Amino acid sequence: MAGERRHKGMRLSKLYSFKCLKPFSKEDHSQIGSRGYSRVVFCNDPDNPEALQLNYRGNYVSTTKYTAANFIPKSLFEQFRRVANIYFLVVAFVSFSPLAPYTAPSVLAPLLFVIGATMVKEGVEDLRRRRQDVEANNRRVLVLSKNNGEFSKTKWKNLRVGDLVKVHKDEYFPADLLLLSSSYEDGVCYVETMNLDGETNLKLKHALEITSAEESSIESFRGGVIKCEDPNEHLYSFVGTLHYQGQQYPLSPQQMLLRDSKLRNTDYIVGVVVFTGHDTKVMQNATDPPSKRSKIERKMDKIVYILFSILIVIAFTGSAFFGIITRRDITDDGKKLRRWYLRPDKTTVFYDPKRAVLASFFHFLTALMLYGYLIPISLYVSIEVVKVLQSIFINQDQEMYHEETDRPARARTSNLNEELGQVDTILSDKTGTLTCNSMEFVKCSISGTAYGRGMTEVELALRKQKGMTMTTSQDDEIKANPTKSVKGFNFWDERIVDGQWINQPNAELIQKFFRVLAICHTAIPDVDGESGEISYEAESPDEAAFVIASRELGFEFFARSQTHISLHEIDHMTGEKVDRVYELLHVLEFSSSRKRMSVIVRNPENRLLLLSKGADSVMFERLAKHGRQFERETKEHIKRYAEAGLRTLVIAYREVDEEEYRMWEEEFLNAKTLVTEDRDALIDAAADKIERDLILLGSTAVEDKLQKGVPDCIEKLSQAGVKIWVLTGDKTETAINIGYACSLLREGMEKILITLDSPDIETLEKQGDKDAVAKASFQSIKKQLREGMSQTAVATNDEANENPEMFGLVIDGKSLTFALDKKLEKEFLELASRCGSVICCRSSPKQKALVTRLVKSGTGRTTLAIGDGANDVGMLQEADIGVGISGAEGMQAVMASDFAIAQFRYLERLLLVHGHWCYRRIAMMICYFFYKNLAFGFTLFWYEAYASFSGKPAYNDWYMSCYNVFFTSLPVIALGVFDQDVSARLCLKYPLLYQEGVQNILFSWERILGWMLNGIISSMIIFFLAINTLASQAFRKDGQVVDYSVLGVTMYSSVVWTVNCQMAISINYFTWIQHCFIWGSIGVWYLFLVIYGSLPPTFSTTAYQVFVETSAPSPICWLTLVLVTFSALLPYFTYRAFQIKFRPMYHDIIVEQRRTERFESGTRTTSALSGELPVQVEFTLHHLKANLSRRDSWN
Amino acid sequence: MPSNTASSSSAPAGSADSSASRTKSKRPKYSKFTQQELPACKPILTPGWVILTFLVISVIFIPLGVVSLFASQDVVEIVDRYDNDCVPTPARANKVAYIQGVSDKSCNRTLVVPKKMKQPIYVYYQLENFYQNHRRYVKSRSDSQLRSVKDENQIDACKPEDDVNGRPIVPCGLIAWSLFNDTYALSKNNQPLTVNKRGIAWKSDREHKFGKNVFPKNFQEGNITGGGRLDANKSLSEQEDLIVWMRTAALPTFRKLYGKIESDLEKGDTIHVTLLNNYNTYSFDGKKKLVLSTTSWLGGKNDFLGIAYLTVGGICFFLALVFTIMYLVKPRRLGDPTYLSWNRVPGGGR
Repeated sequence: MAGERRHKGMRLSKLYSFKCLKPFSKEDHSQIGSRGYSRVVFCNDPDNPEALQLNYRGNYVSTTKYTAANFIPKSLFEQFRRVANIYFLVVAFVSFSPLAPYTAPSVLAPLLFVIGATMVKEGVEDLRRRRQDVEANNRRVLVLSKNNGEFSKTKWKNLRVGDLVKVHKDEYFPADLLLLSSSYEDGVCYVETMNLDGETNLKLKHALEITSAEESSIESFRGGVIKCEDPNEHLYSFVGTLHYQGQQYPLSPQQMLLRDSKLRNTDYIVGVVVFTGHDTKVMQNATDPPSKRSKIERKMDKIVYILFSILIVIAFTGSAFFGIITRRDITDDGKKLRRWYLRPDKTTVFYDPKRAVLASFFHFLTALMLYGYLIPISLYVSIEVVKVLQSIFINQDQEMYHEETDRPARARTSNLNEELGQVDTILSDKTGTLTCNSMEFVKCSISGTAYGRGMTEVELALRKQKGMTMTTSQDDEIKANPTKSVKGFNFWDERIVDGQWINQPNAELIQKFFRVLAICHTAIPDVDGESGEISYEAESPDEAAFVIASRELGFEFFARSQTHISLHEIDHMTGEKVDRVYELLHVLEFSSSRKRMSVIVRNPENRLLLLSKGADSVMFERLAKHGRQFERETKEHIKRYAEAGLRTLVIAYREVDEEEYRMWEEEFLNAKTLVTEDRDALIDAAADKIERDLILLGSTAVEDKLQKGVPDCIEKLSQAGVKIWVLTGDKTETAINIGYACSLLREGMEKILITLDSPDIETLEKQGDKDAVAKASFQSIKKQLREGMSQTAVATNDEANENPEMFGLVIDGKSLTFALDKKLEKEFLELASRCGSVICCRSSPKQKALVTRLVKSGTGRTTLAIGDGANDVGMLQEADIGVGISGAEGMQAVMASDFAIAQFRYLERLLLVHGHWCYRRIAMMICYFFYKNLAFGFTLFWYEAYASFSGKPAYNDWYMSCYNVFFTSLPVIALGVFDQDVSARLCLKYPLLYQEGVQNILFSWERILGWMLNGIISSMIIFFLAINTLASQAFRKDGQVVDYSVLGVTMYSSVVWTVNCQMAISINYFTWIQHCFIWGSIGVWYLFLVIYGSLPPTFSTTAYQVFVETSAPSPICWLTLVLVTFSALLPYFTYRAFQIKFRPMYHDIIVEQRRTERFESGTRTTSALSGELPVQVEFTLHHLKANLSRRDSWN
Repeated sequence: MPSNTASSSSAPAGSADSSASRTKSKRPKYSKFTQQELPACKPILTPGWVILTFLVISVIFIPLGVVSLFASQDVVEIVDRYDNDCVPTPARANKVAYIQGVSDKSCNRTLVVPKKMKQPIYVYYQLENFYQNHRRYVKSRSDSQLRSVKDENQIDACKPEDDVNGRPIVPCGLIAWSLFNDTYALSKNNQPLTVNKRGIAWKSDREHKFGKNVFPKNFQEGNITGGGRLDANKSLSEQEDLIVWMRTAALPTFRKLYGKIESDLEKGDTIHVTLLNNYNTYSFDGKKKLVLSTTSWLGGKNDFLGIAYLTVGGICFFLALVFTIMYLVKPRRLGDPTYLSWNRVPGGGR
């Protein structure tokens, strides 16, 4: 700690006049001590008896769902919240009663297996969380020890409320701390709160004067008592008072350092622990994200209910027959017995003919258990396993790995995989999602002259769409190619770079312009000790771009001190490099309401300058009369820049004379030191007074570059029939141009612009009558919506088959407020769904979420929201699927998302490939699951008809209990994890294939019921063929006849063969895994049969030696097996053959097409290239889109 | 020096990460498995394959059907239903009373051999409408008791035929209690025809399920007598009739082996059967039949398998034909999307 020392003379608090020393609201502080504000912290005195009495929680944190003690009961409880599992639990209990058709262990075993598997999964997940907790709990932190007054290392978990801790640069805060002092003299520090709110920019925290001033007295900082609010989840509020040396000092969030944020740019801080462990704000905030279920899963529940109904119906039917037959077993007088061998005269209640109704009621319960195989016990757990494995594949996809940021795609929840294949509408953020959110300085306009030859991507894209080639169009605007690429700087103009600007006629203005850029900011330079290169720490990427630009053009900002800013400058007279130091007097910060920032400096010539930059809307009105020399040209340039998708700022300055400055400063300082609520307003007003009569210098244009591959990705997605809405906070013009650039809007598309920027409304606004404005706005929006509707309606009626995507809707935020009104939202939604693309400009985070909800609930279709910033969180959580871009703006969006990708373009692969596959797999898997359980369950029912519905199962108990777990489960899982109808390459090549999911073709009711029917048909074929071939005659040469066990084994083998072969003929993708699992499952069945059959007969009962001795040597058993298996598969196979012939599915066509191509061309090389869509597919596209629009209009 | 105030780099997260990534990149490892590019066979149902599949099935199934049918036809089977005829005409009004009465139950039947029957000829009795697969019936046995003397008290499952006055019945339960007890004495041309009753049960049953030192006890001594009695001096493993009976049938119509005739029967031979009609099938309208049958490699006489194979083979052949014709008459260009299902039905697939 010897190397640490405070930075003398550095008072950053002066830089941040607005942020530091914010006033406190008196009301809150009066509440201290009352309910909700009762926390008392004894600083540096944790052993104080009073402190001990308070007994605040330790800093131990546990985020696990279970503990070792409650794991079993709690996870069991979770398990049995599923209806199906409850059913099986009840069955298991009943199986101990004489009602049971099976022995109890055979019922319990699969249930325990399934429950156990799920519990293991839960356990493993929880263990992982636990490991993270342990890691966090055992991190080390320096704590002031009471004994020797020195800092020593302690584990986080041992931290107590009131401890004094020292945190070094780039370390996390172990608990919520009250900042006492820092390495800076005035007690400021920088904090990165990325883990809390996702914002990467550094936040400034500021200690109280009283604590920060006396560094040496930290050790003696005892007796301080903090009284503050109780733990709560509000990140941005804190109410408390410090009682120290008889004085009271109010505390605010400015002094709070929250757990999980990181100390940056500050060597160390000292703080006192206020909240620990689960009391910290971040832990109080930790709520589970809303759990989302996929549509398929919700539909699956319905199917399970259908199965339950089937179960009840057949159980009831059986019981009715059973009751009738049983009643007849004894004559009414009780003398004559019909089926005497059952001893109906001396029987239990379950078979009592005299109480036949009761008997049949009990039989009903038995039957519910017997036909329980209709309900697939392992379905849920299989699906979970499959989804986890699918997620692993998504995570493992190299095509979705981003090299630069070293980020692979991440499926954060596994239960939405198949939903990815059904997305109908994508709602996308713009900044950081479609664009990189790294600003590049590309153009500027100085004193009416436009500089910057570079072409923006938007311009390139626009030009490309217009069909112009960029080299021949305009010679002077060739694509910029700076000799060295600098991040944040993409400017090239031979008139300015390399110091050439000094030869320009307006060199003086150019100099002033770049000086403003180099001085008017809050960035901090960082000089690399070895190379001498300077990098900057800036609050926003825009600002960094400006500083870098001025550095590149010869105004190198290299040092900042408390009161001075130092530049290396090129003198425009001599052309030599000189150092100039500007005295920094005041910084008037940027805020979203002010939309500008200014600094007041004294230049080396001892003149006072106000340098200012801001949005055009506020800057032009502040220009002096004589400062408007280039206003017209500049405005023109700004318009052009906006059209090119650039962000613009206006640069201006003025000279301030000493007298004016002195008067103003007095007023300003007065306002600053005020501690009243209207302080902010007063500071604003004061700032306003000096920020006027400016002289225009020009404007800057910064490009937020489109991410790589965005236009192609959007193009593909819209080919796939996915609608894309862009919700952005940008200006309308910028948004429209970005829309063009990323091919969201296309040439020839008719734009429908809904806006409130009409003269009528503006005049109304000026009058200030809010009600009238609202009313007029509402009417205007209503009218515009109506017009839009009629516009689209005419087009769709006239040319029914014309491309419905010829309309693009653009709406701005103000209009959106009205369009989202209950009365108009329907019309808005309908208009929007008739348009190919929708852009909402200037929308707030809340509006984003509202629009998402509207689309989701209004159309009832799957929506996907994609975004990268904290402002997208609402949207991500509202949508069916939230995709977070793990980009520059931190992790907040990713934390709220279901899937995280590094770049927008990966969305294409995520949806078209993984989404499509997962959808297909899960849909197939569920259908198949129902098929196999019906095929099996119904053989039991048919058999009952031949066993007088007595409830005797056709098979040995253990055969049945192994059915779902061992003989049929692995192939289904393989299907769910590995199957692919067409390869990834083809998925991307034929995006239309994606419609299979959007229109839910593979999981439509017809298909589900079809599979169920197939199951029932198979069961009939299996049963009736088997009992007729193995009737009463001898089944072997030695004259033996078929008994219960042989029929059971033969039928059961047929079922196992049939369902596994059915799997083999219905999957599209055969790797060794599939072979292994399918044939392996059949093998396992025979292996089981041999092993189980060799157990002693008291255990194996009817299965004793049945295969080895009895059925295997019988040719008729094998012949029956072959006959039954082939016959049971025949209906499906024939159906498929006809379907492919007459109503092929899209993937069938693609597969066939690929095949014929390869076949015809003979060589692979040509076939790989000749893959353009044939004319028919183009037609199909049109048909399909027409259908889509027609369906939409029904909604 | 004030300049070392903010000495952190300008690309904080990035540079730290990238330096770390040199050593430990998060790039997913490439393997054909993780990238889902395993070499695979992707079967496609082209018309050619469909026709071929159908043809192959029919080509295999039709001969199999023919062979099975021949095997079944080879079997000579004599079936004689006697339950009705063996009740004297006056007693037919109330057959149950007759069978439960004490009158003489013997009955003579004459069978004519229609074709030469090669030994071994199996003698079966066939019962119909008898639910040996009834849950109550099937469960009413004690496997452990049958197997060893020690467990003779394990009779829980056997109610109500579990004990007589507290003494356990061996073998207990309804199955044993309702043992079939009609007997057949055969003679050919007035020469007695030996019916070998040994080796009619499954070997594993004889050796492992029924104990060698387990002897019937208290059997049929309750107030109602069910079916046949057992020789108390013969161990259960030798009581093959019981073993056969206790191997319960799967369906309500079933045959059980009675014995084997180990000599050939010529065409036209007359066989006289003297049977004791003891077993009561009358109260539940069950039929009783005596069956003499030879076997083929496929077992007894049943045309169903052959016919089924022929039918399925025939259907496949027909389908192959249909597809061939369709293919010739109206060929669909492969990969032609105009057939797309959702093209034909507007808004299909919802």
